[in-house]
Amino acid sequence: MKLSTFSKKAIIESLNSDGLALKIGLFNVKLSSPITAVAEHLICLYGAFDTLHAEDFIDFNVAIEAPLSIRRYLRPQVNFSLDGFIPFKPLPYAQAAAFFEWGLNWCISGNSNQFLIIHAAVVELNKQAFIFPGAPGSGKSTLSAAMVCRGWRLLSDELTLLCVADGLIYPVPRPISLKNQSLDIISQFSPDAVIGSIVHDTLKGSVGHMRPPDNSVDFSAIPAQPAKVIFPKFKLGANTGLIPLSKGKTLLKLAENCLNYSVLGLDGFNALGQLCDASDCYDFSYSDLDEAVALFTELAV
Amino acid sequence: MNGSSIPLLNAVFIDPEIALSLDLPQWSLLIRQARGANVLPRLGHFFEAAGLLGQIPAKALAHIQSSLIFARRFERSLQWEITCIEAALKPLDIPLVFLKGSAYYVAGNIAAQGRIFSDVDILVPEAILPDVEIALIKAGWMTSNLDAYDQKYYRQWMHEIPPMRHLQRQTSIDVHHNILPKTYKFSPDAKKLLANIVNKPGTNFWVLAPEDRVLHSATHLFHGGEFEQGFRDLSDLDLLLKEFAHQENFWLKLLQRAEELKQQMALCYALRYTHKILNTPIPPEIINTANKQGNTVFSFTFLDPLFLPALQPYHNSCNSPWTHTARFLLFIRSHWLKMPPNLLIPHLLKKTLKQFDTFLKNQH
Repeated sequence: MKLSTFSKKAIIESLNSDGLALKIGLFNVKLSSPITAVAEHLICLYGAFDTLHAEDFIDFNVAIEAPLSIRRYLRPQVNFSLDGFIPFKPLPYAQAAAFFEWGLNWCISGNSNQFLIIHAAVVELNKQAFIFPGAPGSGKSTLSAAMVCRGWRLLSDELTLLCVADGLIYPVPRPISLKNQSLDIISQFSPDAVIGSIVHDTLKGSVGHMRPPDNSVDFSAIPAQPAKVIFPKFKLGANTGLIPLSKGKTLLKLAENCLNYSVLGLDGFNALGQLCDASDCYDFSYSDLDEAVALFTELAV
Repeated sequence: MNGSSIPLLNAVFIDPEIALSLDLPQWSLLIRQARGANVLPRLGHFFEAAGLLGQIPAKALAHIQSSLIFARRFERSLQWEITCIEAALKPLDIPLVFLKGSAYYVAGNIAAQGRIFSDVDILVPEAILPDVEIALIKAGWMTSNLDAYDQKYYRQWMHEIPPMRHLQRQTSIDVHHNILPKTYKFSPDAKKLLANIVNKPGTNFWVLAPEDRVLHSATHLFHGGEFEQGFRDLSDLDLLLKEFAHQENFWLKLLQRAEELKQQMALCYALRYTHKILNTPIPPEIINTANKQGNTVFSFTFLDPLFLPALQPYHNSCNSPWTHTARFLLFIRSHWLKMPPNLLIPHLLKKTLKQFDTFLKNQH
C-alpha cells in the first residue's frame, strides 16, 4: 500500500513506535522519528512509495532523534543513526528532514559494493539513461529535476548505481535535493512541481526537496540501460553547448566522481570501461533549462 | 538477550546451517547484529566455507556480498601496507614480527578472513625501539600529536610507543616491545615471545608461535576494557583454537606456555568464555587445568555476570538492561589491572584536571 493511503495520524504513530518501513527503490528502509517535520517531509514527498510489512527484510533501520542532552532545551539538535550507530555530528533541529536524506545517501553508498556508485544524477527516456556526474554546484540536480518535470523517468538525483554484474543502472528514485536559486528556478520552470519545506542556513545554503514523479517511483524495480554520460556545467548567460568528450577522458573524470571506485579495484575500472564503451560522452554547458531539456529529448529519440 | 535465548548471531556462528531456516525479519536482524559486531564479512566467509552462499535470500546476500567486496579491498591495502613497513625497516635488518590482525593475515589463519581493523601492530626488541621509530619517521610515519604527559605516559609505562600515522596513506602502525604494559604484574618477558616466533617461508615476515598468538589475543581481550569489538575478538579466539587444535600437543603446549608467559588468567577466561558463548570444542580436562592455574583472584560467580553480557555482539538486540553496567565495570577493572593504585590515582587525577582545563579553554 502506498504511503499516501495512510492518515497523517497513522504515519506519525508508526514513526513514533516501531518505525515506518518504506520501499525506496532497491532498499527497504525503516525510519523512526518523533519529529513532526520528518513526518511532514514523508507525507509531502514520499506519498507514491510503497509501505512494507512485518515479514519483509529491512536493509537500513534508521532514526532521526534529538540527542538526550541539556542542549535540547537551549539549542535543539538532531542525530541521524543507523541501527543505533551515529556516524555524524548532530545538526540543528530544523534540518531533521534533510538529515534523513543525507543519512540515507550515506547508508546506501557505504553498503552497496555490488554497484559502482557514481556521484551523479541519472534520468531516462525511451529506454536510454542519461548520466550527469558532477560536483555540487554543477547543476546536475536542477537539470535532472527539470527533465523529470518534462516526462523523463527519475532514477536518482545523487547516486547512480551501476551494477558491476550486468552493466545496468538500478533506480533509487527519491526526492530531488534543490539548493538556493534552483528552488525558484524549478518552481518557475514547472509550477506543478511539489517542493517540501525549505530549510535555510545548512552547510549547502537553503535546501528543499522536490517530490519525485509517481511514475518514476512505480517503475523503480526496472533497471535502465546507460546511453549517455554528460558532464554538466551551469554558467549564467552561457549558450547551450554539447562538446564530445573522448572515452578515455570520460573514464578518468567518472572515476573522480565515484564513491567506491577504490573499493572495487579492477572490477570498478572494468565497469567504467564498459559504461564508456556503451555511452556517448559529452561536456555540456548551459544556462537555459528549456533549451537543455529540448536538446536531450531530441538526443534520446 | 531475551531471557535465556542466545543472540541469533551466536547461534549462526556456532552452526551456519541454522541460517537456512530463518525468515526474512530474522535475516535482517542477523545482518544488523553482524554489522554491529564488525563481523559481517566474517559471517560471509562462514557461509562460503559451508557452501551456503547460494541459499541465502537475495536481500540478505546483497549485504554480505557488499561487505565481502570491501573486505577484499581491505586485504589488498593491508598487503601494500605490510610491504611499505618492510621497506621502511629493511635497513635495521631485524625480523619483522606482526601481531593480532596483521599476524593472522600473514600466517594465513582463518581468523584473518573478513577481519577488518585499523592499525598494523608489530613487535620489536625494546632496545631498538628508537631506531625503529626513526626508520619509520624517515619513511613518512609521524608520531601522533600527544601532549608531553601522554607521551611520557606511553613511553614510561606502556608496552608500545604512541601510534604512528603515515602522512600520505593515513594508515596507522602500533610499534610494540611487549604485549602488556610494564605496569602489569602479568607482563611477560618479551624475550620469550621473540624466542619462539615463526617465519612465513620465503619472506622476512614473522608471527608469534601459535600458542603465543592465542595468549596474546586472550590477554588483549580479557585485560582490555573496551568491548565494542569484544564479540569479534572472542570469535578470533574461537577460530584460532579450532585451527590450532589439530596441531600435535597443542592444548598442553598452550597450558605450559601460559605459565611461562604469566598468562594463566587470560587463558582460563579465554577457554571458559569461547566455550560458553561460541561452543568452542575444548577438552574438559584442559578447561579444568586452566581454571586451576588461572582463576585465583575472582570466582566465576562474580565474573560470569560481567563477561557473559559484555562479550555479546555489540547491538541493541543483544543487550540486557545490565549490559552497559557490566561493560563499564570491566572498563574500571582493566584500569585497575593495568596500574597499581600508586600510579592509577595520580594518573586519573592528572587526566581529570586536563579535561577540566580543556573545558575552561573552550569556554573562552
